[in-house]
Formats: sequence, C-alpha cells, structure tokens
Amino acid sequence: MDLEYGPEYDAFRAEMRTFINAHRHLAPPSAIRFSRPSAEAIRWQKLLIERGYTARTIPTEYGGYGADPDILTSRIIAEEFSRAGVASGLGNQGISMLVPTLLELGTEEQKRRWIAPTLTGEIVWCQGYSEPGAGSDLANLKTSARIENGEFVINGQKIWTSTAKQADMIFCLVRTELEASKHSGISYLIFSMDIPGIEVRPLKTMTGHAEFNETFFTNVRVPVDQIVGQRGQGWFVANATLGHERGMLGDPDALENRLQALIGLMQQESIGEGRAIDNAVLRDRLVALQAEVTAMKCNGMRILSNSLKGEPGGMAKLIVKLQSCEVAHQISALAIDAMGEMGILYHRSPRERDGGAWQWNYMFQLGLIIGGGTAQIQKNIIAERGLEMPREPKLARIYDEAKGAAGMQTDRQGAA
Amino acid sequence: MDFGLSQDQQILRDAVARCLADTSPLEHVRECAGRDNPLSDTIFGALHDLAVPAMLVPEEHGGLGMTLLDAAVVAEQLAYAVTPAPFLASVVLAPIALSEAGTNKQKCQWLPKIARGEARIGVAISATVQARDGAGVQFAEGKLSGTALFCLDFEGADAYLVADAGGRLHLVPALASGLKATRLTTIDRTRSVGELSFAAVETDPLADDGGTASARLRDAGRVILAADSLGAGQAMIEKAVDYAGQREQFGRPIGSFQAVKHMCAEMAARHEPCRALVWYAAHVFDALPEDASLAACHAKSLTGDVHRFVARTATEVHGGMGFTDLLGLHYWFKRIGFDRQVLGGPEAVRAEAAALQGWTRAA
Repeated sequence: MDLEYGPEYDAFRAEMRTFINAHRHLAPPSAIRFSRPSAEAIRWQKLLIERGYTARTIPTEYGGYGADPDILTSRIIAEEFSRAGVASGLGNQGISMLVPTLLELGTEEQKRRWIAPTLTGEIVWCQGYSEPGAGSDLANLKTSARIENGEFVINGQKIWTSTAKQADMIFCLVRTELEASKHSGISYLIFSMDIPGIEVRPLKTMTGHAEFNETFFTNVRVPVDQIVGQRGQGWFVANATLGHERGMLGDPDALENRLQALIGLMQQESIGEGRAIDNAVLRDRLVALQAEVTAMKCNGMRILSNSLKGEPGGMAKLIVKLQSCEVAHQISALAIDAMGEMGILYHRSPRERDGGAWQWNYMFQLGLIIGGGTAQIQKNIIAERGLEMPREPKLARIYDEAKGAAGMQTDRQGAA
Repeated sequence: MDFGLSQDQQILRDAVARCLADTSPLEHVRECAGRDNPLSDTIFGALHDLAVPAMLVPEEHGGLGMTLLDAAVVAEQLAYAVTPAPFLASVVLAPIALSEAGTNKQKCQWLPKIARGEARIGVAISATVQARDGAGVQFAEGKLSGTALFCLDFEGADAYLVADAGGRLHLVPALASGLKATRLTTIDRTRSVGELSFAAVETDPLADDGGTASARLRDAGRVILAADSLGAGQAMIEKAVDYAGQREQFGRPIGSFQAVKHMCAEMAARHEPCRALVWYAAHVFDALPEDASLAACHAKSLTGDVHRFVARTATEVHGGMGFTDLLGLHYWFKRIGFDRQVLGGPEAVRAEAAALQGWTRAA
C-alpha cells in the first residue's frame, strides 16, 4: 500500500496549482450543463489544451497536447481542478465519446476534420442512440437508413438527445441492413444537425427543465462516407464509447464535492436555535454518507492502481455506476431533509436555497440512476459478468413456451 | 501509488486461507461452537506455525513487526472460515498496547511469549465506548474495582488488559486475587467473551498516556472487526451465488431469475467498496495516525450496515435451507452480528466520527 504519487508527480501537481492560481480569473463560471460553451469557455479550453491540462493524450496533429497516457497525471489534473473549484476542461459527449471513437475507428480524414474543433468546443455534438422502443435493449433500434443515389436516407426518431438544440453535429446509430440480425444491422453515422428533415423538440423532464430532446428524422440525406467503421458494424463502434460514458458517471471527486456542499449546508441551515447538523438523526445520516463517499474514493484509488498495473478493474469497477449514482442521490435527499420545509422551495421562490440546486439534483440524479444503463441493467452486468451467475434464458424461448403452455391450458378447458 | 495489497500480503492471505481450509472446516467449527470454550488449540497451533501470533510484536521482542493491514488481511481470512481461534485481543490489541504504552518490564515479560504463542492476553476496553449496566472500572490507590464487560479472547487468557474509567490500561494476571471472571455467551459461538469483576485488585498499569493507548486500541479493534465482517460477508456472498447456481426451481437455476440475481448484485455492489475502505483504514493506522480514528469509524460503521444487509440477503437467497442449521450458514450470519455490535454499533461509532470532526456542539 502506497498512497504517495512520488516526487515527479508532486512537482507536476505543484506546477498545476501555480497555473490555476495565476489564471483562475480567466476560467468560466462552472459549466452550465448542456449549454453551448461560451466564448470565454472556448478561450479557457484552448489555454488548457495548450498547457496539457485537458485533451492531454490526444495527438497534436488532431489538436490535442500529445502526451503519453499516464493515469496518475490525469488523476492529479482532475483532483486539482476539483480542489480549486475551477472549471476543468470541457467534458461534453463529443469529447468524451465521439473523439475516442474516431481515434480508434475513424478514417484519417475524419480525425483531421472533426477532432480539433470538437476539442476546442467550437463544434458541439449530440448523441443519437436511444429510441422510444430501444432503451435498455438499445440494439432494438428502428431508425433506418436506406441507400439512394449515393446517400443514406434516414427516417425515424431518437430520444434523450441532450444538447440536440445547441448541437452542430450528431453521432447516430441507424439500421442500415434490414435483413441482418439485430446487432449486425446497425451503422454509426455522423452528420450535421442543419440538414433538412431534422426536427428537434425539447423534452421537458420532472425537474421542470428540458435537459433533453426528442429528435425526428424525415428523409434526412447524408453522404455515404459519413460513416465510422463499416456498414453493419455500428453496434461494435458504439460499444467502444459506452464504456467511456459509464466511467464518466462515477467520478469520486464529484461525490466528494457534493458531500462538502452538503456539510456546508447542514452547518448553515438553522432549526430554531440550532443548526441542522446539531440534529442527531440528520448528523448520523451525514456521517453514514461520508463513510460511503470515502469508500467510493478508496475504491477509485484501487481501480486506478489496478489499471496502472495493467490489471482489469474487476468487481471494483463494475459496481461504480450503480453505487455512485445511488450515493449521489442520497446526498441530495439528505440535503432536502436537512432543509425541512425550506427543502420544498423551487422555481426561483423567495427563500429558495442555492438556486434550487438541491431539488434539481435530487430529481436529475434519479434520471442518472435510470440513464446510461439502468440500475437494473447494471445489476445484471454485476451478476453475470462479475459473479458469473447464469444468464437469463432467451426471452423468446420462454415466451414461446409460455404461449404453448397457455394454448394447452385452453385446450384442456375446451375439453372440459 | 499502489492502492492494494503488496505481494507479501497476497502470499500471507493465501497461506492463511490454505491453512484454515485444512484446519477450520465446518465440522470442526461446529464441534468448537458446541463447547464452553470454543477456541481451538489445533487451529491456534497451525496459525502459530505461520507465525501469526508474532505478527504485531516488534522485532526487538522476537516478533515480526508487521502492520495492522497485515493483521486485517489475516482477520478477513479467519472470518471467511468462521475460525474459532483467539486473534483480535491476543494477537492484535495486546501487542499494540504493550509496544505503544507498556513499561519496559511489561514488554520484556510478555511480548516474546505472545510472539511464541505461549501467552494470551484478553482485552476489556468496552467501557471506553459505551458503559452498559453500570459497567466501569475505577483505579484508586493502586487498585482496580468495578466491572469490565465484553473482555475479548476471554477463555484461556493468562492475563487481561483492562481500561479504567480514565482510559488508562492495566495489566492484570488471570489468577490475581480479588478478580472474578465470568463467561458471557453470545450469538457467535466462534468467539469467546467474558466479564471481569474487580474487588480491590492489585494492578500493573501501563505507562500513563492520558488514554491515548486505549484510543489506539479502539481504532485498531474497529478496523480488525471491520476486516472480519468483510471476510464473513465475502463468504456469504460466494455461498449465495454458488447456491443460486445449483438450486433449480421451475426448471432452471434460481440464479437465472433476475429477482435472485439482483439480490446478489446488490450484495456485491455494497460489499466491494468496503474492501478498499477497510484496507485504507488499516493502512492509515500505521502510516497516517492523524486520519486513523475517523477512518476506523467509517470502516466499522459501513461494514456493520452493509454486512447486516449481506447476512440477511444471503440467507434469503438460500431459501428455507439458509434458515436451517444443516448448511451452517448461520455461523457467518452471527459472526457479522458480533462484528457489528462489539466496540460500538454503527450509530455509536458515527456519533464519535461526528465529534472527531467538531460537528457535535458541547451541550
């Protein structure tokens, strides 16, 4: 067990602290979720790329900093931005999901054209994966693309397309091979959101805001070369990036920041003469959550050490999304309880706390428990991959058998 | 940066696991659990062959000078095999107390014997956490009076380490005049605890450190109990998963039903972060003492809650069989129950964690 990073890394950390202190006045206010980066945010992003504090391992020819991958350096960068409370590099879906996909599977031309402006925040992407009938069973997607005069012609509907309103481009899964099996009939296309036939409708959620959209395609025409990977390989192309999304939803620094905010809130909120934190029941829940957050931070360090040694993350990694989302939700729940009646204030009410952020978080985090692989899908993964439990028998077979059994029963009834 | 067990610790873990697979099979556990004194001499002998009693004794006193994380690695394996052997008090707490706060004479007298497995010391510090039933031991005019409950590794102890009302530790021979020792019987028949009554008993106090040593024992004890809970929880999860893979109902293994599968996944998801937390708490006990008390509280309270959930859920996965004595699953269930309560249940420990951070206002 060694919790030290070593002198070389300590020097990197010190250098980064100096940079943040000298430049923090240039940082944009903490990124507003799902909005298009401001001019200020783009300038900040470019400065961070130039110094290697974001896009660090992306090759320079594609607009990155070009350093060798180093997990500890990445970890220090994340820790220091979090500690300073300063906006880190952009982490939108284009950067976190499309760029790694293009680096791995894109053509040279695609890499040169799309990666650099995506990194700087000048091109904003949205993700077209889920459909009304294809959520947990994503491969069941129906949006189709037929070929006509050297173009894909796309028809169908996507849902949960966050940033679709602001996006310039979309990376999108569509069914191109109608006769192929479920998983091998899908292709991964990239195209402009300005093409005629695309309609974006805001999807208002329980929070009262429209953090997502529904996107409709009617005879949308896309040149056939705007495909990543081969036709019919889209499922495998997309799976390379789904891993990135799940990693993103389990950041222990984010949990620590929410916990610190909760501690601050409970020391400020008054109940009569005392504070919320003086209430033994609320305080007990706070310490219990602190233990959970500490455990997730330790679990994160364990995963980090495993990857440094080139070992798989194993169970420690499989549980991150499920546990982190749950703990985050409980932190918001305790904040609301600690506020008592004040906890119900929302919609910019007088006396509302923190701009309604706790209520918004409480609701939005329930969305995160459901999205990015529902809690139930996560449990299947933990059980089947982590614990090697038997898989669910093919649903179709059960359905047929059940139908058969029901038919027999009807016959019997008829005979009686 | 290397957050995990060293190669030596992995070798130690595997050696202890192999040793216990041979010496602590369920039949032997059952036999021990049926006795008044459950502590198994055969198992202790085998652990002695692996030098386990010498682990935390400093090298200058004939020990190995190992760390609390090494001890936590062993504790996890002991619980995995529901081992009825002395460990927490005699192998972990007594050597720590003596080496951190013992007089030179006490160290020379006891530490080499502990290392050689020739002496066992029970530890009674329960009253420094929560005094129940009016328990408490007063130290006046060189003598101890009062009652100490929940002395750990009670049976067969040659001496007891007892905390007085001020937190100062005392070493009292088992045969001291005026000392009455009474066995307490708990749910967990793989552990041995007792009650000590003192009527003006001559004592040999450890160096007066204002209660620092007993606080260190509390931290170390909590970490080892958390590690024990981890091992018992790991065993219960593995047993539940195995059973669910074999037991068939409705023509298929019950583990293929999502209702059962998700119970197992929930156990694993809540259990796995505990492992990293227990390692952390054990590591900082030696490496970052200023963080040790809070980390020990977190590890103790989280494992207490998580493994209570694991114990009941794993039992449920076994259906009716889990409820019977036939599988012996209840030995792990009870071990977890013991680990949760001893040296403070989750609520008591969290109250201490709050106080450590200045979150509790003086009334």
